[in-house]
Amino acid sequence: MTNAQMILTVVIIMAATMLTRFLSFLVFPAGKETPAFVRYLGKVLPAAAMSMLVIYCYKGVDLTAGNHGAPELLAGLGVILLHKWKHNMLLSIGGGTALYLVLIHLVF
Amino acid sequence: MKPSKRAAARAAFPFTIPILTGFLVLGIAYGIYMKSLGFSPLAPILISLFVFAGSMQFVAGSVLTQAFAPVSAFFLTLMVNARHVFYGVSMLEKYRGLGKKTFPTIFWMCDETFSVNVSAEIPEGVDKGWFYFFVSLFDYSYWITGTILGSVLGQFIPFDTTGVDFAMTALFLVILVGQWEKEKSHISTLGGLGISLVCLVVFGPDHFILASMVGIVLFLTLLRRPIERRLEE
Repeated sequence: MTNAQMILTVVIIMAATMLTRFLSFLVFPAGKETPAFVRYLGKVLPAAAMSMLVIYCYKGVDLTAGNHGAPELLAGLGVILLHKWKHNMLLSIGGGTALYLVLIHLVF
Repeated sequence: MKPSKRAAARAAFPFTIPILTGFLVLGIAYGIYMKSLGFSPLAPILISLFVFAGSMQFVAGSVLTQAFAPVSAFFLTLMVNARHVFYGVSMLEKYRGLGKKTFPTIFWMCDETFSVNVSAEIPEGVDKGWFYFFVSLFDYSYWITGTILGSVLGQFIPFDTTGVDFAMTALFLVILVGQWEKEKSHISTLGGLGISLVCLVVFGPDHFILASMVGIVLFLTLLRRPIERRLEE
């Protein structure tokens, strides 16, 4: 990407984010019932979107070559176990990232 | 500052203390993460100021290192931030009549601010509008402060920061575990994982996002009845 393309991309991301924040106030006048399908999507879409982001994080991992994604998968498992155990967001993220750094710099 | 404003700020601050540490640490992580991707310290600070969307900012860092794809970036942002639309629906009444405060208060909407403003029992005599405004402003300023600290710190970190970007994966996995433990039905989470994985295999890493989003919305639309039945149980 050129610098101009990067700036344009950030502006697009900013505009799309603002759209999500302001949309309701623009299209649903207060006091009017929100359509049932919109409310349904509000309940179920965030979970699916987060799942998609997790896959997005793993998109660069090649299972067929190099270390077969072992550091990414092991550190990911570490994050899940750590979070199941202590339920401390910062510990899970910090510990998992530290494990990943050890794996890629010292082990693999 | 007018006394009514000061009173609202003083009432709002305690509600934001739990968010203070989280945003500072995550903001620092974000600054260091952007440095590990090769950006100058100014980039994460400007993105935090103008985009202000935690998860999406991490994704944006990754998007910016790849080929220019404006349409994909637009829809990806809509999908990742779609939850804001529903926060907006919940705040329609509360954020009415805020006058000049309306724009910044809506612009600063995020998960944490929403969770405080939707549920806080505002002490009697405190101006509600200014309370919402200050909760939003404080949370925003924590995020900006964290980002600045991380961006500056990132310049002085003596070790190789390659791999720090795993913090984004860790963040999303933590959110995924949290939602898994809370949700009544796993259909949406499993559907999202499965559809994205299939699309990744079929369309490849550069083109799977748009296909996944279309697939997920179709999936949720077609399975609406069974999912709603499970949610009601």
